[in-house]
Amino acid sequence: MSTVVCPECEAQVELAAGTEAGEIIVCPDCGVDLEVTGVEPAAVQLAPMEQEDWGE
Amino acid sequence: MKDEIKTSVSIIGGSGYGGGELLRLLLGHPNVEIKQVTSRSRVGEYVYQTHPNLRKRTQLKFSDPSQLEPADVLFLAQPHGQAQKNIEAYAKLAPRIIDLAADFRLRDADFYEKWYGEKHAAPEWLNKFVYGLPELRREEISKAGYISGVGCNATASNLALLPLVKAGLIDLSSPVFIEIKVGSSEGGAEGNSGSLHAERANVIRTFSAFGHRHTAEVIQEMGVEDVSLTMTAVDLVRGVLATAHAKVKQGVATKDLWKAYRAVANENPFIRVVKEQRGIYRVPEPKILSGSNYADLGFELDERSGHIVAMCAIDNLMKGASGTAVQGMNLTMGWDETTGLEFMGLHPI
Repeated sequence: MSTVVCPECEAQVELAAGTEAGEIIVCPDCGVDLEVTGVEPAAVQLAPMEQEDWGE
Repeated sequence: MKDEIKTSVSIIGGSGYGGGELLRLLLGHPNVEIKQVTSRSRVGEYVYQTHPNLRKRTQLKFSDPSQLEPADVLFLAQPHGQAQKNIEAYAKLAPRIIDLAADFRLRDADFYEKWYGEKHAAPEWLNKFVYGLPELRREEISKAGYISGVGCNATASNLALLPLVKAGLIDLSSPVFIEIKVGSSEGGAEGNSGSLHAERANVIRTFSAFGHRHTAEVIQEMGVEDVSLTMTAVDLVRGVLATAHAKVKQGVATKDLWKAYRAVANENPFIRVVKEQRGIYRVPEPKILSGSNYADLGFELDERSGHIVAMCAIDNLMKGASGTAVQGMNLTMGWDETTGLEFMGLHPI
């Protein structure tokens, strides 16, 4: 099992066996979406997320 | 734990909201047996006639305070100012005392007089008490016989600042402003003209811009001198939301804050970090904490300016009063500090 560091909060995030590049996973600490950009070695980047805005 | 070795506890002043919440918690606590609950005005009445949620859970009646008997633990849930006048007598009745009021929260008599506008009636007792917030003073509480209460607004403020202060991330040369929204149960069960439904319903009213007494607890416990608490009453029964505005030290980034918040959450069973990217509940809200002892913390940092908004939501009657008092009892008795405090709240509510 591979581990990556969340680029948002620096939590250790484990990638489940069989995770493939292009998958979206969720950081268990800060809840951001992470796109898996590689599996050997494991790598992730922040994925775009919908923002909340009640000001309009 | 077998019945015969249960710890006996009594409550002085059990007819208020804090006393009622203590009763609810202690009736469900596996290690204690409630011996007496006093109320000067309701002697002989069943406690469920005042606290209707306790019906069918207890046949306890309110006792006369003058008939108080020795117990293992004595909770003081009286209006502010009573405990300091009678502490010598109470200390003869129980080896452990947990006060919910503000009588023994401050360590310095002059500091007390400055914030409460009167001399303390028992200044020699101030240093015998430990400030009762386990998240700040767990080790001292676990060894203490006398534990003070915590102010609900002070607790929300102290916990909002705790990760920042503990990790040394806050710039203490800049002022700290804390906006606090509070529910009506903070005002107690006595009531006044401002608590009439016609006056309190739908309210958003800033009733204290500066100088609230709970500020003293933030100065004492956080070591932050330049801090202001501003209180706004909102249309809730239970709940406090503290929103602190401060500056972080130069170079502090969101990742540093995550480390600090994660560390505090890992050390404290009732601290949760709420900083979600999805769903409705992305920041701390008191609404879902009713009846629970959790304190939810959150933050947002403007990395350009170093301005941080640090939030803490609690139930004022639980983490801000009775829940913390029971947590303190658990610690001083050597029990798991979460015992009897496992309720996780309701959703939806």
